[in-house]
Parts: sequence; structure tokens; C-alpha cells
Amino acid sequence: MTGDAGGTRGALLGIHELRLNYGAREVLRAATVEVRRGEVVALMGLSGAGKTSALRAVAALQRFHGGRIVVDGFALEPGPAPPESRLKPLRRRVGLVFQGHALFEHLTALENVTLALTHVLGRRRDEAEGEAERLLAALEVGGRAGALPRELSGGEAQRVAIARALAPDPALLLMDEPTAALDPARRSSLGRTLRRLAADDGGRGLLIATHDAAFARAHADRVAILADGVVVEAGSPAEVLDRPAHHATRALLAAGDG
Amino acid sequence: MTRLTLGISAPSLLVAAWIGAQGGEPPRAPLLWGGDAEGGAPFVEADPTDASKVRGFDVEVAETIARGLGREARFLQVQWSSIDQSVERGDFAIGLSGMEDTPARRARHSVTVPYFEFREVLAVRSADVGRFSRLADLRGRRVATLGATVAYDILVTARDSLGVIPVSYDDDVHPYSDLVAGRVDAVLLDHIIAQRALRRRGGAGFVIQPQAVAVGRYVGVLAKGDAALRDSVDVVLRAAMRDGTLERIFRRWDVWDPGQGALFRRVAGRAEDGPFEVGAQHAAPLRDAAPLRPGVWAYLPSLGRAAVITAVLSVLAMAVAVVVGLVVASGRVYGPATVRAAMTAYVEVIRGTPVLLQLFVLYYGLAGLVRLPAFLAAVLGLGLNYAAYEAEIYRSALEAVSRAQLEAARTLGFSEAQILRLVRGPQALRYALAPMTNDFVALLKDSSLVSVLTVVELTKQTAIYATNIGSWIMPGVLCGVVYLAMSLPLARLGRRLERRWGAA
Repeated sequence: MTGDAGGTRGALLGIHELRLNYGAREVLRAATVEVRRGEVVALMGLSGAGKTSALRAVAALQRFHGGRIVVDGFALEPGPAPPESRLKPLRRRVGLVFQGHALFEHLTALENVTLALTHVLGRRRDEAEGEAERLLAALEVGGRAGALPRELSGGEAQRVAIARALAPDPALLLMDEPTAALDPARRSSLGRTLRRLAADDGGRGLLIATHDAAFARAHADRVAILADGVVVEAGSPAEVLDRPAHHATRALLAAGDG
Repeated sequence: MTRLTLGISAPSLLVAAWIGAQGGEPPRAPLLWGGDAEGGAPFVEADPTDASKVRGFDVEVAETIARGLGREARFLQVQWSSIDQSVERGDFAIGLSGMEDTPARRARHSVTVPYFEFREVLAVRSADVGRFSRLADLRGRRVATLGATVAYDILVTARDSLGVIPVSYDDDVHPYSDLVAGRVDAVLLDHIIAQRALRRRGGAGFVIQPQAVAVGRYVGVLAKGDAALRDSVDVVLRAAMRDGTLERIFRRWDVWDPGQGALFRRVAGRAEDGPFEVGAQHAAPLRDAAPLRPGVWAYLPSLGRAAVITAVLSVLAMAVAVVVGLVVASGRVYGPATVRAAMTAYVEVIRGTPVLLQLFVLYYGLAGLVRLPAFLAAVLGLGLNYAAYEAEIYRSALEAVSRAQLEAARTLGFSEAQILRLVRGPQALRYALAPMTNDFVALLKDSSLVSVLTVVELTKQTAIYATNIGSWIMPGVLCGVVYLAMSLPLARLGRRLERRWGAA
């Protein structure tokens, strides 16, 4: 753990000393990460290091057992997940893009984006469709609005999923392994899009779980390395990835190169 | 005789061979006779001490005939309503099980002289003795009987002339229990059956009206081509009438009355060669009640009505199955542990027991608690049975929608109810539609089972038609065409839905 990730004051997302078990197995011991507005943070680690679990805990899809999570003033405490009605403020603040995109299979790309706008935020249909078309265009899939998820390529589906997560205009966007299904050209295109999203609208925070070091080096403001249930190293990509201090970081880079 | 040799079954041949191997002199082939032990005493019943043996007056008549022919009687269990077809197939030589003497039977089979005279009598609830003493008193009332009998034909005639409502049963026990339960207002059946039912109830619950509605006779039934054997049997029967053998049998079974003596005098007093003429001896009502039916066209309206009953019954039962299935599936997917356990138990019990048993329990077993009308019981019975299968379809369809989509919906702020309505339900419906369509086709065909609850649907109507004309060929083809006309379009729809929305 580094001093850089100490306090949560002024941060959009503060994950403080997060502890999370699956039965007897302790996945996270005391993980601490923060994300500020306008910042892209790459949460890195080997498979099973707990990256996805940390994202799911922030999205209140996964109970945790110790520590504290604060999103823009809304605090999650350890223990069973609170009822969905109590989580409404969190749902407005946090968007999550799943690794397998998890689009609603029976709806078109456009309907995937408008569904929450009309049924959760109560927007009029035409208003919601205008907003959805704008988002799809911004993510360079405007021409695919009428397509069903199964008709989309992996990269298109992912961009539609990002548009869907952005529709309620969350301050914090969580992404799980966004580059897993993309070729190098599409990776850098996605990276540029994410940078723009972080800068948009007064600044969003992006927390991206990835093991793709090249992607993190090119597009993240900061990198946090997760190993043995804690963040072992955090800082700018240049500090962490070019001069790794911790053996877990070196192992991660070696695995990524292989 | 040739007929008999051709007709005896392989097991009997083996038995005969075994007997031949044991004894020195080869015995004559046993006389195989068919009857239905389900009909019970005093006709034919399984011996309580040895279920492989039968007893009853028809058993003793069969033994008398066999002895007279110098052969050994051997019993073959045949469902009562199938005895005519079975004897013509050559399954056995002679059918004896309270077989009624009718013109139709005489036209299609070789029939012996009558050996017993019965009266068709009305049974009514004790409270109705004064109101319902004749069929004419029962206009607009439900009158029960056993299907495919002279009594049923009398009731069908009385439907047109007197306005009674015939209700056909597959057995002769439940008409009386339903009479006492109030489901029907009268029962018309042979006096032997009525007296037996009254004895079983300890003489209480209903009353047998003394005035007979009609008079009929029991005969032995042989295959059309077995006229020679029939003539030999007639000789034996007439001798048994004259020497008192039959009287002793009937007295032993407590069914003797002066009417039998008169019958014997009429039958045995005639020349021994030549068959007994049916027309001259019959009471008028019996002849009128059982005319030989005309051809196919006459049956089309009743088959059409039965097809409508099958269709309506299937649609209503499917509606019950869908609604109950949705409740059960929701309970299994969303309910707390106790609800889940209860719903799982429902599904397993229903799927693990025969639907026929469930129908019997629902209609007859629960009659003391709720007296369901037959059609409603049929809809509920089939519906509740199929609900278990529907529930499993819906449950697996709900579970086929990926967890990630449900979680994605949660992170977007949808409530659980919205997720079910907007995300999970619509997709599950697509997965479920094809198997649901297939289930509906299966239900359409299973609806034939409800004839055990006295509902005359397509298959039952076809069976009545087939019994009346003595052939299954034309009725079977017609019935099959009607079922196919209903099920093929549905099966096509199911395949189309499967192609369009089937789980990838």
C-alpha cells in the first residue's frame, strides 16, 4: 500500500481497507483505492486477485465484510446488501459495464439504452430516444441503433453497453476487463473514448479492472496493483509500470508480456 | 372348432403342450372363455382366496358349457367393453359376462340362446321415491348408466323422446355412489347390478323402483364364424335348463326368480336344433331402444360435438395450467425456502403419479368434500397436472436469462418487479413458447383420459360409435383426422417458435 491512496477526502470514489471473503477464502484483505473526478484509474492484478469482486462491491452487487466504500457522499457498510430501495442514490451515481457486456438480448441497441431512461428516470420516450441516439453516436455505434445484441460484433456490443451504463449519467463508471475481446486498433480507439468520457460533463471518474498493461500505460491516469488482497503499489503508469517496486507488479507485467 | 384352434393364444398352446407331455392321453383343448372380473360378483369375480381363480354364476355357466362339450373351461380376463371385438379377433371362444342380447350383437356375432333374464330397473335416492318412478318422471334430469349397454341405448332414446340426460360411466359402481352424492338423479341398470350396489351400501342411500323399465337377457357371444360351436353350446345350455343345472347355479348365487323358469320353458321347450329367434321373444322396448345404427354420416354430428368438447376442455385446462404453472414457477424462483419446498413437492408429486390416478382422486376420492361437476373436475384435473410441467418450463426459462443481465438491470436502478416485467419475463416467455405449444398438443391428446369422469369427449364418443357399428376402422380414422386437424397446426406453430426464439 502506498501513501498516495491513503485518504478518501475530495475523492469521487473511496474504497477504504476493503475486506471480502468467499466462504473461508479471503479475496480482499484491506484494499484501498480512490478515484477522483476526471480521472481514469486502472485496477490491475492477476486473475483471481479480486478486481471484479471490488467492482461488484462498489456496485452493491456483492456483500463485503470489512472496510468502507463511499461514492460521492453515499456510504456502503459491511454486511448484507441493503434493500434496493435504499440503494437508489448509489444507482444514480454508479454505472457498471460487465465483461460479457450483458446487453438485454430481446431489445435493440437503442432500446437497451432507453429502457432505464424511460422506466427509472421517467423521461418521455422521444426525449429518451434522442438522448440514446446522442450517446450511441458519441460511442461511434450510432448506425447500429436498430440492431439486436446478437447482431452486433464484440466491440459494438461493448460500446452499446457503455452507452447503456452512461444513460443515467453516473458520476462513476466501473468497467470490467473492457479490452478482453478487442484487437489492438479497437483497444486504442476505446482508450481515447474513455479519456473523453472522463473529461466530459464536468468530469467523471472511471475505475477500470484490467490486466492489460499496455492499455493502462496508454490511457490511465493512475494504476493500482492488487495482490494478496491489498493494493501493493499505486501511482502514475510511468512510476508503477516502468519502475515496478513490488514483485507482484513484475509478475503481472511478465504474465502480460507472455 | 377351427376358429378355436386358430384363436387360442401362445401361452395356452404352451400349457396344452405341457399337459400333453405330463399325461398319457392327450386331452382335448380347453374351452377358452372371456369375461371381466372387474364386473365382480355375482357375474365373474376374482376368488378372494386365490386371485388367479374366478367365481360367479357366469363362471359356473362356462364350466357347465365346457363340461357338456367334454372340455375344460379356462378363463381369460378381457375388459368388458372389449369382449365383442376380442371374441371376433379369436382371443377366446366364448364371451360370458352378463353380455346382453341385442339385435346388433346378433347381427355381428354368433350368439347363444339366452340363459338369464334381467330387468332394467331405476334406482333413485330414497327421498325421490315418490317423484321419480319412471323414466318419464326424469325430464331434464341426469340419469346414469354403464356405457355401451342396452340401458345406455334406452337412455339415449329417452333423451330424444322424454328429455332425460344420459350420463355414461365406465364402471357400474360409481353411478350409484354419484346417485347418493347427488351428481345424478337416477341410475338405470340391470337389477342384479342394482341389488348388488344396494347390498354394498347396507341397503341405505337409494331405492330400486319395482317397475322394470325393460327386460333383457344374457347370452354367450361367439365369433361370427363359430356358428357350429354356438349350436353345440345351445344344446348344452338347453339341457342344463331342463335338468336343473342352471337353476341350481342361479339359486346358489341368489339370482333365481320365477322369471328364469319362464325363460327356460320358452328356450328349452323349442327344438334343439336351430337358433333361438331373438325378435319373437323380445319385449318391445328393448327392440326399439337398440336399433342397428346407420353409417358414418349419422355419427358426424355427435363426433363434431365431442370434438368441440375436447377443444374447449383442452383450452380451459391449458389456461389453468399456465396460471397455476406461473404461480408455482414464481414460488420456486422467487419464494422463501418454505414456499420453494412446497412448490417443489407439488411438482414432484404431480409428475411422479399417473394423471389417471389424479383424476380419480379429484373426482371420486374428494367427492365427500367437494362435489365437482364432471367437466369442471376434468378441466381442473388436467390443468393441475399440466401445471407441474408448465411450472418446470417457466422455471427453466426464467433461469435461462443470464444472471449478468439481471445484475446489469439492478445497477441501472430497476426494481425487482421491473426486472421481471421488462427484462426477465419477456425473454423467458420466448424460451417457454415452443415447449408450451408442444405441451398443449400433448394435453389435447391426454384430454381423452377424462372419459373416466363421464365426460364424453372425442375419443369416448369414438369408442361408443365403434362399439355400436362393431368396427374401429372408420371411427378410428375419423377420430384420428379430427385430432390431427387440431394438433398439426399447433405442432407447426411450435416448430416455428422454436426456430425463431429457441435458446441459442
